[in-house]
Amino acid sequence: MSAGQGLSEAKKGLLLAAPPGLYAILLLAVPLGAVLLLSFWSQDFLTLDRTFTLKNYREAFSEPLYMLLLGRSLLISGAVTLVTVLLAFPIAYFVSFHVRPERKSLWIFLITIPFWTSYLIRVFLWKVILGYNGVLNTALLGVGFIDEPLTFILYNANAVVITLAHAFAPFAILPIFVALEKIDRSLLEASRDLGEGTVRTFTRVTLPLAMPGVVAAILIVFIPTIGDYVTPDLVGGPNGLMIANMIQTQFLKLNNAPMGAALAVIAMVSVSVISLLIVLVTMRWSRRGA
Amino acid sequence: MSGWLSKRGGWLGVYAVVYLVFLYAPIFLLPTFAFNDSTVIAFPLQGFTTEWFSGLSGVPALTGAVKTSLLIAVTSALLATTLGLCAARAGVRYRFPGKGPIMGLIMVPLVLPEIIVGVSLLVVIVSILGLPLSSWTVILGHTLICTPFAVAILNASYQSLDTSLEEAAIDLGETPVSTFRLITLPLIMPGIIASLLISFTISLDEFIIAFFLTGAEPTLPVYIWSQLRFPQKLPIVMALGTILVAASIVMLTLAEIMRRRGLKKAGKKDTGGFL
Repeated sequence: MSAGQGLSEAKKGLLLAAPPGLYAILLLAVPLGAVLLLSFWSQDFLTLDRTFTLKNYREAFSEPLYMLLLGRSLLISGAVTLVTVLLAFPIAYFVSFHVRPERKSLWIFLITIPFWTSYLIRVFLWKVILGYNGVLNTALLGVGFIDEPLTFILYNANAVVITLAHAFAPFAILPIFVALEKIDRSLLEASRDLGEGTVRTFTRVTLPLAMPGVVAAILIVFIPTIGDYVTPDLVGGPNGLMIANMIQTQFLKLNNAPMGAALAVIAMVSVSVISLLIVLVTMRWSRRGA
Repeated sequence: MSGWLSKRGGWLGVYAVVYLVFLYAPIFLLPTFAFNDSTVIAFPLQGFTTEWFSGLSGVPALTGAVKTSLLIAVTSALLATTLGLCAARAGVRYRFPGKGPIMGLIMVPLVLPEIIVGVSLLVVIVSILGLPLSSWTVILGHTLICTPFAVAILNASYQSLDTSLEEAAIDLGETPVSTFRLITLPLIMPGIIASLLISFTISLDEFIIAFFLTGAEPTLPVYIWSQLRFPQKLPIVMALGTILVAASIVMLTLAEIMRRRGLKKAGKKDTGGFL
């Protein structure tokens, strides 16, 4: 084939992949390595002490505040993931199974639009919605549903969960939708022809086949939410702050980058370990189901 | 009514509509308060005004932030789309050693918390290289997080491109460069435009990375963040947010139109969504 003149396929591919690949290595892999390295250094007032030390990690694990923030962050991210994926599944199912094929892309477009619009302003608006004199309380008071404003929905972990579940909704819907679209519809017919009811067909055929999408949704929500500091800052109140707020404070306010780096490493390792466990458990579960 | 319900998935359809309301609630509230004649962001509404919008023009810091953000968004979109073109072509067309890990690494920012991207670049630029922060450092970060989206969009363009068209051009004596320009480029142009628009929108709205990497000139979201601390500035922020969201929706709609045009050109069935 004349298209293969001169260079071999492997060389051509490598040459093309080189610019984005090198960019990712230089600006992602190397910086991540630098964070890891920095976490083993220490800050001595204004100078950086470059001798290897475990001081930051000792401090991180012995200081109750850091562990409290980490534990809370994992709980909040876990709750956000659970809520987001549970709310998202029926939507993905609806669009995949009940919307006419030519309408599907319109639905997906409508679902993704809020995700692309200014994140900062969306978070701030949740503060307006959930506040003491907020939209929700005024509305509920107006229709006589409640007698006094609800206070458990702002400046605490609940507010963080609601706001993040809103922000990450499309991220959960899309992978589940893609997995559902791939399901061969004749399998569902076969299941019904063989006498299974709608519910059994769903739990024994649809759900196991949609599992890869659900796992992708879990990971794509769980991992980024741990790093959010805007939502806790705006709607979380003092008891809704997360580990990312502490990382940000260490870097930008306390000028203790090594401590911030150590906390970032600990947060990322915790999230990765939990994610790995989720993947392993679901893999085992779906194998047993099959 | 019950016939309509069962046809459209019954209660699932009702749930879907309620869910859309939940998704759009903040976006609908934004213009509501932006045109509300009150300095307090709360109900009941006080009357109609365009005061907050006219108040936007007289703020030099805001004009500066808009310029900075536009410069960063345009540059990041161009860089991310260029890198995305290389990655998508390499990924769809060629087999080469280390393909999996390289492609995987390029897509990693999609799931990485943005604070990690911000912190890691900050460490390299400030702590290790000792360079000053500027708009360029924000561009470096934004290009990194926009590239995976560009790759996802352009992958779809390349997958729907018929390779025999390129082969025919080569057989008829065109060089690889002229083949790209005359055959490939026009066919994937809708994808390129969609990628530029999406990357531009992501960069324009991005706050977390910009907050870490911005220099003396703040981006628009960083400026908005600084204004959220002052209650009397909130109506102006609402007006600004309304413009920003309207601009984002226009660009996303254009991107979606481009994506569909691209699919039509390639004669492919629409499977929905960018990702």
